[in-house]
Amino acid sequence: MASATQIDHLELLLGQDSSSSFPEMASSAREQALAAGLPAVKEEEYKFTAIQRKIEKSISDFGRAKVLELTPEQVAAALPEGFDGDYIVFNNGIPELNLSSFGQEGYTATLLSGSRPEKLGKVAKNEKDVFTAINTASFIDGLHIEVAKNQQIEKPIHFLFFNQSNSGQVINSRILIEVEANAEISFLENTVSVNDESYFLNQVTEVIAAPNSKSSYSRLQNESNQAITVNNFETDIHRDAVFTSNVISLGGDMVRNNLTLNLLDSGCEGNMYGLYLLNGKTHVDNHTNVDHTKPHAESNELYKGILADSSRGVFNGKIFVRQDAQKTNAFQQNNNILLSEDATINTKPQLEIWADDVKCSHGCTTGQLDEEALFYLQARGLGKDQAKGLMLYAFAGEVLEHIPDEAFRNHADALVKERLGTKI
Amino acid sequence: MLTIKNLHASIEGNPILKGINLEVKAGEVHAIMGPNGSGKSTLASVLAGREEYEITEGEVLFKNKDLLDLAPEDRAREGVFLAFQYPVEIPGVSTTNFLRTAVNQVREYRGQEPLDAVKFLSVMKEKMKLVEIDQKLLSRSLNEGFSGGEKKRNEIFQMAMLEPTLSILDETDSGLDIDALRIVSNGVNKLKSAETATIVVTHYQRLLEYIVPDFVHVLYNGRIVKSGTKELALELEEKGYDWIKEEANAASV
Repeated sequence: MASATQIDHLELLLGQDSSSSFPEMASSAREQALAAGLPAVKEEEYKFTAIQRKIEKSISDFGRAKVLELTPEQVAAALPEGFDGDYIVFNNGIPELNLSSFGQEGYTATLLSGSRPEKLGKVAKNEKDVFTAINTASFIDGLHIEVAKNQQIEKPIHFLFFNQSNSGQVINSRILIEVEANAEISFLENTVSVNDESYFLNQVTEVIAAPNSKSSYSRLQNESNQAITVNNFETDIHRDAVFTSNVISLGGDMVRNNLTLNLLDSGCEGNMYGLYLLNGKTHVDNHTNVDHTKPHAESNELYKGILADSSRGVFNGKIFVRQDAQKTNAFQQNNNILLSEDATINTKPQLEIWADDVKCSHGCTTGQLDEEALFYLQARGLGKDQAKGLMLYAFAGEVLEHIPDEAFRNHADALVKERLGTKI
Repeated sequence: MLTIKNLHASIEGNPILKGINLEVKAGEVHAIMGPNGSGKSTLASVLAGREEYEITEGEVLFKNKDLLDLAPEDRAREGVFLAFQYPVEIPGVSTTNFLRTAVNQVREYRGQEPLDAVKFLSVMKEKMKLVEIDQKLLSRSLNEGFSGGEKKRNEIFQMAMLEPTLSILDETDSGLDIDALRIVSNGVNKLKSAETATIVVTHYQRLLEYIVPDFVHVLYNGRIVKSGTKELALELEEKGYDWIKEEANAASV
């Protein structure tokens, strides 16, 4: 049961305005959210991430962050160097199509209020996580992407999130992506904090990967150290489809990523790669969940973390293999390097396997940089900091190499290098 | 080139080196032999700057500079090279990748122009021949999955690239078959010159048939207890170390 103060804050979070484009859906989501309450620390799923307290402490206004003034120059500056593709701007969570750029055919990008897709809310369900319910109850408008059958979209679609709040406000963003059969596409996302004010970004992204489609979604979370983010990302993967998620977390105050891949049929493949490079007091929690429901599907997961100062990382990797899902291949790995005595990592693989003929492996490691390897590199003439940077970069590189778009990968790569060369 | 005076070193409070004196001149090859646990590898490590060891007494001069005062990377830049007994595996870092940075840092320190990618590659190809090492191996993760022979060849390859004035080979021969030993020694011999010196740390005389020393020193219980020419190595091969131990123990009583 939610306590009285929790309900107070939750009601504030949900707000009173009824500007949703989906009022019916919003009002039932509101009921669901109120019934569930904000997650307390004693709840297993949020044990290491005191998100409720963080929101109560940091969010002062609880109103919706207003749409801000954005210039095409700001947008251009946020694109990775040499970027070639389409991009869609989100202004405090709401798609701003006139600042966006569409050069390719084979897919459509519309406002949810315009297309009113029936699949909305069918992948990421309100009852699963209260923040999804809050989002459904609160988002004003969102983006709907449909990739037509057999279409190979050659260049990536880049979502640029510009977030700005004046006094700790709330931003809800909603995206639904439908990749039709045999289509191919890749999405990129970058979250940009316009200033250093605190805000709460509550994102929900739903993806439907139809049979034999191939898609990927790469995210760069590099927000200000005042930003709180909860991201609920869920993909339904159908027969023979391949879906890959890359999540690179470099900043923020508290970030919680709930990533779920539902492997709904045979022959499908779900990949999850993540890198978190944390310093200061940044707290990043990656909860991943892969659900194998049918035989002959495969999942691969690699999350790596480098933690400095008094940062904290949480990794919880759930692999669920249902009784039907024979011949499943599921691999999971989580490796961490702690650079400071005050940095913390809580890592937990969680395997639930109900089929008897499967190949599942998981492993996690936490350690410091190998002193012997450092000495080896120094003995060859590399300075100590350079040797450290080289080793850490090599460690991180294994994740970065999965990002499909070169410009975006180089951008992430440069940020990682800069971070490793300096403080971390 | 190198002068070691009364060097004492300990690890975690246990003294390992108890007064080493050694003079190495340009153009010379010195072999340091001795039974297991005598302090051979410690001496090599201390010279290269491994931090676990505490220097409790004595000094080391390298080209008239206080070597013990320098960080490991500066020793390398000054021209000291240690070929590791157990080369480290570093996933995600290729030899080519780190060596270009290393070579250019060393060059910068020595006031030389950095090598660009093309020049680096051509120097690399030339040095690869010395130890018959494949370029594919060098673009793989450093030493990861390399055979024992490949690791040691890679050490000598790196030595060739860094052009040290003093090379210290720490049991480079251990675990090598005859072919690998021949290749490695061949590389070392080709790199010798009148301006450079080599210290060969080994347990076995076998290596010294290929890399012929000018002087042989026997290390026992943290001290050099006997020095001689290459004939001393042959004598050790024949008679073992027991007589050395007896002599040394008798002398210290």
